[in-house]
Amino acid sequence: MSRWETVIGLEIHTQLATRSKIFSGAATAYGAAPNTQACLVDLGYPGVLPVLNGEAVRMACKFGLAVNATIAARSVFARKNYFYPDLPKGYQISQYELPIVVRGELTIAGDDGTARRIGITRAHLEEDAGKSIHEGLERCSGIDLNRAGTPLLEIVSEPDLRSAQEAVAYMRSIHSIVRYLEISDGNMQEGSFRCDANVSVRPRGQQALGTRTELKNLNSFRFVEKAINFEIERQIELLEDGGEVIQETRLYDADLDQTRAMRSKEEANDYRYFPDPDLLPVEIDAAFIDAVRRSLPELPHAKQQRFVTQYGLREEDAAVLTASRALADYFEALALATACDARQAANWVMGELSGSLNRDGLDIRDTRVPAAALGALLNRLHDGTISGKIAKDVFEAMWSGEGSADEIIEARGLKQITDASAIDDIVDAVIAANPVQVADYRAGKDKILGYLVGQVMKESRGKANPAQVNESLKRRLK
Amino acid sequence: MSPSAANLHLRTLTELAQGLAAGEFTARELTESLLARIAAHGEALNAFVTVTADSALEAAAAADRARAAQNPAPLAGLPIVHKDIFCTAGVRTTCGSRMLDNFVSPYDATVVEKLSRAGAIMLGKSNMDEFAMGSSNETSYYGPVRNPWDAARSPGGSSGGSSAAVAARLVPAATGTDTGGSIRQPAALTGTVGLKPTYGRVSRHGMIAFASSLDQAGTITRSAADAALLLGVMAGFDARDSTSVDEPVPDYRAGLDKPLAGLRVGIVRQHFDAGLDAANAARVRAALAVLEADGATLREVDLPHLDLSVPTYYVVAPAECSSNMSRFDGVRFGHRAEGAKDLMELYCRSRGEGFGAEVKRRIMTGTYVLSAGYYDAYYLQAQKVRQLIAADFQAAFADVDVIAGPTAPTPAFLLGDKTDDPITMYLNDIYTIGANLAGLPALSTPCGFVNRLPVGLHLVAAPFREALLLNCAHRYQQHTDWHRQCPEAYS
Repeated sequence: MSRWETVIGLEIHTQLATRSKIFSGAATAYGAAPNTQACLVDLGYPGVLPVLNGEAVRMACKFGLAVNATIAARSVFARKNYFYPDLPKGYQISQYELPIVVRGELTIAGDDGTARRIGITRAHLEEDAGKSIHEGLERCSGIDLNRAGTPLLEIVSEPDLRSAQEAVAYMRSIHSIVRYLEISDGNMQEGSFRCDANVSVRPRGQQALGTRTELKNLNSFRFVEKAINFEIERQIELLEDGGEVIQETRLYDADLDQTRAMRSKEEANDYRYFPDPDLLPVEIDAAFIDAVRRSLPELPHAKQQRFVTQYGLREEDAAVLTASRALADYFEALALATACDARQAANWVMGELSGSLNRDGLDIRDTRVPAAALGALLNRLHDGTISGKIAKDVFEAMWSGEGSADEIIEARGLKQITDASAIDDIVDAVIAANPVQVADYRAGKDKILGYLVGQVMKESRGKANPAQVNESLKRRLK
Repeated sequence: MSPSAANLHLRTLTELAQGLAAGEFTARELTESLLARIAAHGEALNAFVTVTADSALEAAAAADRARAAQNPAPLAGLPIVHKDIFCTAGVRTTCGSRMLDNFVSPYDATVVEKLSRAGAIMLGKSNMDEFAMGSSNETSYYGPVRNPWDAARSPGGSSGGSSAAVAARLVPAATGTDTGGSIRQPAALTGTVGLKPTYGRVSRHGMIAFASSLDQAGTITRSAADAALLLGVMAGFDARDSTSVDEPVPDYRAGLDKPLAGLRVGIVRQHFDAGLDAANAARVRAALAVLEADGATLREVDLPHLDLSVPTYYVVAPAECSSNMSRFDGVRFGHRAEGAKDLMELYCRSRGEGFGAEVKRRIMTGTYVLSAGYYDAYYLQAQKVRQLIAADFQAAFADVDVIAGPTAPTPAFLLGDKTDDPITMYLNDIYTIGANLAGLPALSTPCGFVNRLPVGLHLVAAPFREALLLNCAHRYQQHTDWHRQCPEAYS
């Protein structure tokens, strides 16, 4: 065990899936032509004022309740002042001293497999900034303010995480929760779900925290893990060489797989936070909180436990199936649609279905084989119409859009041969064609039977019922 | 022009409304006569940044057509001038600053929109202290406005163009904004009536922000009845301003004539101390006697933290200002320095060139009081004192209905007199700032002259009691004719 202990806290920025922006009526949809989704409020025009989007407040409350946090009866928007071209007003409206969500917690599986409770310090509402554009422009920069004013929920964890793997597990768990709650699409490529990590190391056993650095620009689970691991090693190496860690912001460069200094504490902005006089404090009463609580869906952890007890799934499989609400819903629909054992259904979802989705880069919501269709296929497997191997071929055909399971089985003549005399005929033909092997078998080489079964299956083009073939061969070779 | 249409400029807004309704003259005749006065006097007074003659004449013709069709809007054909802090679609909105010298707003402020819909005709945009930061109108990029009573003197500020235009009878009414006294002090210094409503009574949407928690739109008119007429149109909740209050708008004209019997008028002891000009004090005392004669009772009230209002204001207002001014960065609109080599130079030069000295002073003060290490000692402390001042007023209004006193310590001062001494300039707002810090409605009405210069009586009431203030001022105006006095050169 290393003599160094790692301490990590994450700040996760998740874009809330409101239709309009947090302080204006402009649309939030991603990918529009630059500056076509920015109204005068987003552009910071003289005289215009922010008006809070109530839906963003409701979404923040949903998150707070999902992580057992306190919803503040009164929270306050503040101005964070700094100049940047993609920040039209010269300040970002955020929450500072009085955030809307305080003191929550989350349980993740730690590195040693035990449950680890991770504290959530706070979650606050704020507006996103626009984007500067440098590519394709010469001697100038462009600004796209479509993103300016998109609602963000910044979720700040306690420094409770002890490894890059734990940090990723925590981040995945938050990701899963915001998607279950349908408060964010969680799309990391589009920047809907981003993360900054505060990383420090200290000698094991020491209480005081080491000097931390803040890692920015971590826009995938893989980068979070790689960047943190790089940073841990960098800090340990520095300390072991007698050096000091400087408190600074560091940018992760995915191409070089390393972090580099962006700005130090001394150069850091003084943001001059103060309550935004354009907005009233957000006041939330118990009735509102109750209504939000009643609207909460079953959450990932609860669903996972239910899958174990209700369907008899293994803990790990239940975790995989409940990672996204859509996948869990698919599994439940399938379990309902088929007479098959739930564990077999789960194997199909995690195996054939997930494999095909991954291969084609599709989300479960865009699956080419809906749960009902897959259920019908599994029923044919269950009632013995087709064998497991044939079922996989049929699934492939269904995925390619050739029709329903029954249509494909019918069209391709894949129906299993269960007629005893038909099987006996093929068995007789195989015995006649393989005198040497038949002699060996009769001389006591039992293993030869497998070869003969294979020959029969081949002759029947896989359609003969394997159990019947076995039985017929044994009977005739006796 | 018909004979009855002569001297239209001397009539109040209410009288003009009656004349239009009676068909004595047309909106076009009225508009033409006032545009002629603006052409004759506007330049000397420097009261206007922009005159919108063409659109005004078109609107007047439309108002006349609507009246002929028996369908006139409540303010149909009545002329008005907007302080150049209100955004006006398609018309330049400068806020008195080089920064916005080229700025044409794509939208109308709510105040402008409401008055236009009610039929009011905009004659132009009035000059003002840069971004409303000033008490003399001398910080305007477009130069100082002259006081119609004495061209060597200031008309007050920041709504100096509005007050001068109304006092000189170039227009019967104007909008203004009041952050620390910017409607009431210029009204006092020009012999006009200035009303600052309760914070949240009138929408701030489209009003370029100086200090958002203090800014409030109001009116400069020649009578309390005129202010009542306009406030009824301007007031009301606006979904585009979260700080506007959803409170029903009463008919402010309904109770104007009610005698003041039973009205409890509070006199603040601290108002009559050494800072107040003696002759000015005498005029205010005489005005109080008039209220008493109409049935009001006078009693002394204590506002123990009043002396802290100016320092408190000069922490809170610059703090908010420093942040509100940040959007003027030369990137999307407004002044942009030419040939900047990098981003920092673009920011520094655009803002350095675009802003005047007083705006820069307040941005720096505000940045300082919000900085790490100073925030608690200045901004937070000022917010606490602000609460104490508001509590003082609240306690006082348990005993009285209205607090009366002077609007400004002296009559109009000479231009250039205080420009080198910001502190003395700031003290000009000593009696008016409390109402802003506490969010209260307040009004200044002419109450006499000192050395042939007008002085004002200041009235403050509890939140949303504008009707009471207007009633009080209207009764006072029934017994006096100070508000009818017109500077000789403009009669």
